[in-house]
Amino acid sequence: MVVAKKPKLAVWKFSSCDGCQLSLLDCEDELLVVADSVEIAYFLEATRAQVKGPYDISLVEGSITTADEEKRIHKVRKQSKMLITIGACATAGGIQALKNFADVDDFVQAVYAHPEYIETLKKSTAIADHVPVDLELRGCPINKMQLLEVLGATLAGRKPNVPDHSQCMECKMSGTVCVMVAKGQACLGPVTQAGCGNVCPACDRGCYGCFGPKELPNTHALAERLGELGLSDKQRRDLFRTFNAAAAPFAKESLNHD
Amino acid sequence: MTKKAASRIIKVDALSRVEGEGALDLRIKDGQIQDLKFRIFEPPRFFEALLRGRDFSEAPDITSRICGICPIAYLLGASQAMEDALGVEVSGPLRDLRRLIYCGEWIESHVLHAAMLHAPDFLGLDDALQIAKANPDLVKKALKLKKIGNDILDVVGGRAVHPVNLKVGGFYKVPTKDRVRELIEPLKWAIETSRELALAFGGFEFPDFDYDYTCVSMRHPDEYAIQDGTIVSNRGLAIGVNEFPDHFLDEHVAHSNALHGMTKDGGAYLVGPVARYNNNFAQLSKLAKATAKDAGLAPTCTNPFQSIVVRMVETLFACEEALRIVKAYEEPDASCVNIKPRAGTGHGCTEAPRGICYHRYRIDADGLIENATIMPPTAQNQKQIEMDLRGVIERNMNLADEKLKWRCEQTIRNYDPCISCATHFLRLNIERD
Repeated sequence: MVVAKKPKLAVWKFSSCDGCQLSLLDCEDELLVVADSVEIAYFLEATRAQVKGPYDISLVEGSITTADEEKRIHKVRKQSKMLITIGACATAGGIQALKNFADVDDFVQAVYAHPEYIETLKKSTAIADHVPVDLELRGCPINKMQLLEVLGATLAGRKPNVPDHSQCMECKMSGTVCVMVAKGQACLGPVTQAGCGNVCPACDRGCYGCFGPKELPNTHALAERLGELGLSDKQRRDLFRTFNAAAAPFAKESLNHD
Repeated sequence: MTKKAASRIIKVDALSRVEGEGALDLRIKDGQIQDLKFRIFEPPRFFEALLRGRDFSEAPDITSRICGICPIAYLLGASQAMEDALGVEVSGPLRDLRRLIYCGEWIESHVLHAAMLHAPDFLGLDDALQIAKANPDLVKKALKLKKIGNDILDVVGGRAVHPVNLKVGGFYKVPTKDRVRELIEPLKWAIETSRELALAFGGFEFPDFDYDYTCVSMRHPDEYAIQDGTIVSNRGLAIGVNEFPDHFLDEHVAHSNALHGMTKDGGAYLVGPVARYNNNFAQLSKLAKATAKDAGLAPTCTNPFQSIVVRMVETLFACEEALRIVKAYEEPDASCVNIKPRAGTGHGCTEAPRGICYHRYRIDADGLIENATIMPPTAQNQKQIEMDLRGVIERNMNLADEKLKWRCEQTIRNYDPCISCATHFLRLNIERD
């Protein structure tokens, strides 16, 4: 008889702010339970210990912005049974993908005195642009309850319950007053995937799209409405061009206003 | 004791329990350090460049993505720099709310580092989960304490990582009195627990090392500086935030994607908990001072390994401050002050958990950003980290490779280096020829 071994969990970092992997350490009430149900085999931010692959579950944070990262993600994929991307950098290229819309040499020169010391790719790209991804968790940052749901579901061998409807629906379901209808504020709620926990509208603030585009978003209609509310082309371009700037529907809509 | 050959090579590939990616290259020959480079290889993300042309109001949210551990340092630093450019002051209850949310960030970040990332070094363990096996109660308490910090971020900021409720001029919506007051009982527990953790960490054995640091921190006339004030040092520096660029330089060196901060005359300096504690000890609360003493700290700390205790003393102080603000909280009439764009240059500086974080922006008449400069704390500490490493290695040359490597890692972790911030960081390679 084979004794069931704990699944091996690895956490990998590419270009990012560390906020999404921090969400795992932020599961204060659940961390010790999670740690008990998996073997944390590779998680540099939390431990010195490193166990060799293959890994049952790999959480990947960050986007691909250097030639080294481009190579490393293939190594991670090869060692991982299930690869889950976490956060807007990994799923869409992140805020650093703003460089995709500019001249990268110009960017390097603006920040560093010796551009020749800097190695960077022209574009910041999502993990799925390089290797097959089994599951993605959106958000800048991810929602830790969604992370726990995905880990729990994966350990139990069931499909995780991660909604793919719009943020707009979340406001309706929670009874939050619509900031666009009631106050004329710019809001990306109609075209943004739910999951953040309704944070911006609950603060009387329009959604800024940090969970990225929902499935089949009508960005064109929303942009028209935003125009009627008085947003200039530049303002509409910049609204679509933030933490998920390179996600296809948002990228396309921002270019319509360039 | 391990007998050593004249030459040996030690390689470590990725420094753990730090935020971001970095490495240390070390060459030792005949017991002498030949070369020491603390490298930050976190890929550059070009924040200063991608801010150009964006509206001033977007700087707080965009720059907060420099770091998921200390977003308030960016949200507030950017906001205050913009307010400086626009001639606006945020005072009274809105300033109190800003101090409250910053206390939350200090608690969350300090406890994460001290209990989860740094303490294992003093116990010879790989991680906090191993501590949890030996002393589950301590780790559970630490996690609960950290959570109270995050709860403050959530109540005031709308979310723990990358809060959404802060903006230039104040807040989108002020939190309700009921939600803020719910923090009172947890904070009372947090004060006791941070004292308990400070005393527990004070009992660690600290490697023998002292350094006469140039300590740079903020100072505020009326309180232990957190979110605003002037910039001071223990060498007599006292300047306004807008004078920062005149007194501090940054240098781009080949081995690092982070700019190295230095004083005008090229010297290393220290920012962060130890610098603040040394500069502003007199302004700590009575209980924080007593706890520091009971945990074995003198009013001036010169051993960087004791930074773990200083972090817990600051955590205690932050809990007391938070409690004070929370108890007095009444909902302000307005959530923010009105802003009108105008051309100008603004400077902002706050005490991030890891030290002063400086922002400067130039904006045009329409409020669009023409130019941005951000100097995060870990970039400023990078040169001093190399100095500390040099000293620690020289004193510990006879340690076996694996132990020396670990001691180097611990030395770097004294700084709670946030490499994501600085890259704008660690593989550890030791070569002994």
